[in-house]
Amino acid sequence: MSNDYLIDRDGKKYEVIIGLEVHAQVLSESKLFSTSPTKFGGEPNTQVSLVDAAFPGMLPVINEFCIKQAIKTGIGLNAKINNKSIFDRKNYFYADLPQGYQISQYKDPIVGEGSVVLDLSSGSKTVGIERLHLEQDAGKSIHDIDPKNTLVDLNRSGVALMEIVSKPDLRSPEEVNVYIKKLRSIMRYLGTCDGNMQEGSLRADVNVSVRKQGEDKYGTRCEIKNVNSIKFMQMAIEHEANRQVDILEEGGKIDQETRLFDTKKNETRPMRSKEDAHDYRYFPDPDLLPLEFSNDYVESIKKEIPELPDQKKTRFIEKFNLSPYEANILVSDLDTSKYFESVIENSDVKLSSNWITGELFALLNEKNLEITESPISAKNLSKLINLIKDGTISGKIAKTVFEMMADGDKNPIDLVKEKGLKQQSDPKELEKLIEKVINENQDKVKEYKSGKEKLFGFFVGQAMKVSGGKANPQIVNEILKKKLK
Amino acid sequence: MSNIIDLTLSELVSNIKNKKISSNEATSAYVERSKKSKNLNAYNEEAFDIALKKANDFDSKPDFNKKLPGIPIAVKDLFCTRNIKTTASSKILNNFIPTYESTVTQNLWNEGSILLGKLNCDEFAMGSSNETSYFGNVISPIDKDLVPGGSSGGSASALAAKLTPATIGTDTGGSIRQPASFTGTVGLKPTYGSCSRYGIVAFASSLDQAGPMTRNVKDSALLLEVMSSFDNKDSTSVDFKRPMYSKDLSKDIKGKKIGIPKEYRVEGMSEEIEKLWEDGKKYLKDCGAEIIDISLPHTKFALPTYYIVAPAEASSNLARYDGVKYGFRTVGDNLIDMYEKTRSAGFGDEVKRRIMIGTYVLSSGYYDAYYLKAQKVRRLIKNDFSNTFQKVDAILTPSTPSSAFKIGEKSNDPVSMYLNDIFTVPVNLAGLPGISIPAGLDKKGYPLGLQIIGKSFDEQNILNIAYSMEDKINFKFNLKEWWMNE
Amino acid sequence: MSIDLKTVKHISKLSRISLDDEKAKKLETDLNSIFKWIEQLNELETENIEPLSSIVETKLRLRKDEIKSKNIREEILKNSPDENKDFFVVPKVVE
Repeated sequence: MSNDYLIDRDGKKYEVIIGLEVHAQVLSESKLFSTSPTKFGGEPNTQVSLVDAAFPGMLPVINEFCIKQAIKTGIGLNAKINNKSIFDRKNYFYADLPQGYQISQYKDPIVGEGSVVLDLSSGSKTVGIERLHLEQDAGKSIHDIDPKNTLVDLNRSGVALMEIVSKPDLRSPEEVNVYIKKLRSIMRYLGTCDGNMQEGSLRADVNVSVRKQGEDKYGTRCEIKNVNSIKFMQMAIEHEANRQVDILEEGGKIDQETRLFDTKKNETRPMRSKEDAHDYRYFPDPDLLPLEFSNDYVESIKKEIPELPDQKKTRFIEKFNLSPYEANILVSDLDTSKYFESVIENSDVKLSSNWITGELFALLNEKNLEITESPISAKNLSKLINLIKDGTISGKIAKTVFEMMADGDKNPIDLVKEKGLKQQSDPKELEKLIEKVINENQDKVKEYKSGKEKLFGFFVGQAMKVSGGKANPQIVNEILKKKLK
Repeated sequence: MSNIIDLTLSELVSNIKNKKISSNEATSAYVERSKKSKNLNAYNEEAFDIALKKANDFDSKPDFNKKLPGIPIAVKDLFCTRNIKTTASSKILNNFIPTYESTVTQNLWNEGSILLGKLNCDEFAMGSSNETSYFGNVISPIDKDLVPGGSSGGSASALAAKLTPATIGTDTGGSIRQPASFTGTVGLKPTYGSCSRYGIVAFASSLDQAGPMTRNVKDSALLLEVMSSFDNKDSTSVDFKRPMYSKDLSKDIKGKKIGIPKEYRVEGMSEEIEKLWEDGKKYLKDCGAEIIDISLPHTKFALPTYYIVAPAEASSNLARYDGVKYGFRTVGDNLIDMYEKTRSAGFGDEVKRRIMIGTYVLSSGYYDAYYLKAQKVRRLIKNDFSNTFQKVDAILTPSTPSSAFKIGEKSNDPVSMYLNDIFTVPVNLAGLPGISIPAGLDKKGYPLGLQIIGKSFDEQNILNIAYSMEDKINFKFNLKEWWMNE
Repeated sequence: MSIDLKTVKHISKLSRISLDDEKAKKLETDLNSIFKWIEQLNELETENIEPLSSIVETKLRLRKDEIKSKNIREEILKNSPDENKDFFVVPKVVE
């Protein structure tokens, strides 16, 4: 492919191999093994139960909904759902790990192999999913409040996470960008994870290795822990891949290690706290039994699965005649697709698509808003589009109306009436107006008639100007052509 | 009427119900006796004043429909008790005051019982002699320099010395049955899943089970009836219809098939134990039961299996004791240093030894050779029992290979200490119920016990068998109150 | 298989229990005698045996997704060795 991402050192080209372990917080009311709330942003340690803080004699009891969410996500990833899975303890000591172990799934995860299709500018690409398993989140260590100590907030301790492990199928920071967005889109469609990266609901460990172009064998990989934005993931990969290439170019060897991305210095460095914690001593959690469910249970969940982005895209292309590019933009975010479908209920599809991906996106972007916070409702945008379609206003006027609508979601029909913006399409009225323009510009008429046909545009402009932009440009054109013969 | 402290639990209950004895009288009697018995070192924490207050509260508004109306009971210091210090006899939990109650103790209080205090035990229930307690070893009332057994040693000692009318312990590899056997009392380990583990300081989660320790079989039936409940807070708690063990207690065991496993006739077993076992068979025959020779071929592998499984689980269960959230902490230069110093100073030698064993058997490169192997052998041991229970209704074995040993006698040789649990451990590995009843005395005059092992959730059956045998055995031990100070 | 002092120290590191040399040597002796005894399991052929990790034969019970736990911060921090009223406190960690 022409747009391969390769690292070049004096003509020697290196390929970058990337695999992601995405940690997606499960959308649920209560935690995976306790009944404390999962809500983000609470006062420190106010959402902590005796179980979450690992008091003596406390025991885990699993949340049914989290299991369902994991199965749903597995279905969304076209993955194998395992009817029997095991919860294991991953043993290590850390300040924000109160039990001294994390309950996770090791050998027998709830979801097995699956795949995700990415839409890249070069075409589509399938990325393999290795597995998805459920595990507990840890608490939060805070290093910058107290100069001498680390403070620990356990609000997040025990919240359910899905760890989605990809195969090492990604090849560039851009593919990582598209992959994360696609995963997030699927999970938002399913309602299994809100994908909010600022709040840490979606983070990833990034595995990076490099190899000379054309080689089959993977190089030694490094794992960059806990990167919490797509931008940082991309920066971390860039840096890490270049670091590895530099080492290889100098004849060195890559050490398999866990690294941390320093966002301030834009570099990765070895993680000190993980140095000697490599032996996790996984074993089945004796406080829990194997998790088992029937095929019928999985089938009943399948019935609840909504239309997912890929299917929606196909439908948009086939039913509405949208281009794959347009369809992709409209389906990538569930709320955008909902907005779009709501607008086209009563309006022209093509115009709707143009207005949403054009004017509306620009507006949202400028104001830094999500589509759910759009200052213009789907209902009113639909009205505006109908005003354009039936010729009540011109496209140009529509832009003015659109701007006015943004201030308090105003009804475009009212605005057009109030401001008298209705397009003048009455030929008699327009004829009068055009006659006036012709009379006042006799010199230009002469020039035009003597062959300077470019001046036609000038007359159109004048007519529009005199009408205050409201004249129907098509009719103006027709009349002018007649009059100037 | 005889002395209050000489009454069995069931007798005390009926005396209180008949208003012959008040809760205050009963509680006072036990408080007084406990105060005079400090030489035994049975208590970690006394709750005497609160107990007396609660007894008065009960007497002022008695509810005689309760199963344990106003009955004072001291419990093993492994059960978390609300607002009462709970230490698991470890320095690392020193000064830990739970804000919650274990399900099993809550069940006792719900039936009208009153907490007398928390009883000493081996640290984190790891031990067979109560010598690993941070608060010092417990002395058996049977004789001056004798261990009471362990890990529920404080419970056994307090029960045998009549400092409590009954008590509760926990049993991971014999920690109820072995000390019961050593002190001439009755101890029952229920089927795994019968009593909730919620709020009990965990040792080995797949083996731990709470159970009653009493002066006779009827009392065990009563106490089990109260303790056992289905609990949503414990994922391994089993939802089954729990019988009224005490009401349904019967001496009719005619036609019951009792298995005698040949593998329990271990090398070097004393003649006394042989005779005890023979006597047991005779009593059973006298009751109309049928004796059948059986084989549990993997018996000898039970102990080594246990010493992989239990420490592995313990090494993980005890990781939460890190000086951060509760308990003891040593200052350190950094986080890791703080962990290492805290845990080194907070745990005793036996606990450290087991954490190390557990960490080793789970560590990379050794998991398959040890932990996985042990899980497989555990399956074989369980299968031994399930096969056997196709043919018999219960199994009779000695409870321990010997009577109680002297303090310090085995504390320098871990393996010989571990061998003490040879007859009790297989029952935990298979999750079965087992009861130890006093069955005789050895040459030194120390008590010996017999164990009856039943099918899963068949506690009623082993209680009935024990009840019948108890009658025939008619165990007597002349308790000399040598430890009391006036 | 014998356990050497280096292994003992490694396990002690993994267990987060510091050991002085004397204790480490004692443990080396203890562990070797214990593991020598444990090795008898190797007499058994277990190739095709399914490992048993839970004795309870029922299915894992599932809980409804309901919030039942309230804010009990005071209770949670009450037993903490540090005085901080909002947080658990540990020595400064460098990641």
